[in-house]
Amino acid sequence: MVTIEQYDKIYLYRRIVKAKLFIDERFTEAIDLNNIADQAHFSKFHFIRLFKSVYGLTPKGYLISKRIDAAMQHLVEGFTVTETCLMVGWESPTSFAAMFKKMTGRTPSNFQHGENERRKAIKNLPLKFVPNCYAESHGWTNSNFEEV
Amino acid sequence: MISKISHTCIYVLDQDRAYDFYVNKLGFKVHTDAPMGEGARWLTVTPPEQPELEITLFLIKEGGMFDEATVESMTTLIKRGTFGSAVFTCKNLLATYEELTAKGVVFKKPPTKEFYGFEALFMDDSGNWFSLVEESA
Repeated sequence: MVTIEQYDKIYLYRRIVKAKLFIDERFTEAIDLNNIADQAHFSKFHFIRLFKSVYGLTPKGYLISKRIDAAMQHLVEGFTVTETCLMVGWESPTSFAAMFKKMTGRTPSNFQHGENERRKAIKNLPLKFVPNCYAESHGWTNSNFEEV
Repeated sequence: MISKISHTCIYVLDQDRAYDFYVNKLGFKVHTDAPMGEGARWLTVTPPEQPELEITLFLIKEGGMFDEATVESMTTLIKRGTFGSAVFTCKNLLATYEELTAKGVVFKKPPTKEFYGFEALFMDDSGNWFSLVEESA
């Protein structure tokens, strides 16, 4: 049973969630976070404080994290670092690469190389990535994949 | 001495739908998505803040350990909502409830104060249900 106090909080959080979902949808564009706070009817300070209490990051931090996550996906898909930078809404490849390294501990090209190697390994020997108990329960054995 | 869980398993009825549910709705990350031949697929995801725990989205399909009767029984039981598969935690239950509801996740119990904590229950696209509990401060 939801109490009246909880309903008040739900309406408050609904506005924060709406702002977060807006960032999720439009993170590749030039987002004005001040504008989001206004539209959610919060002061900038209140908005940042509430957003952080819910998601553990400031809205700006969340936007960066969302862009870096998407960048990782684009790099895995084979896009160049410059293409990826522009696709996730970053203007400068240099600052993008610096932020990528800060967030992931690896440069974009180093990350991409590592993922390419991992994908090759998965393709060539998928059973290496499956615990044997699961593989056996599926009837997957080494002989199925040695020649792939 | 056992030190930790590296893999756990959720039985699903459709891996494409499960991918969409766990990745696009719950926000989990894909760890390994490997074709295993003959239409089989090894698909694991990780919770956003627990990258070392692989959750296998294990398709119920005839073959290996599953014969036809087992597939039928498992499918019926999963669809019926028999299996409570895990307890997930979040920092803010009301906000998480709002977000997941906005994304179309079905809750069988809204956020509720229980003697053991603040909890909601939701279903995945197959019929497995999960407890979602707010982390205590």
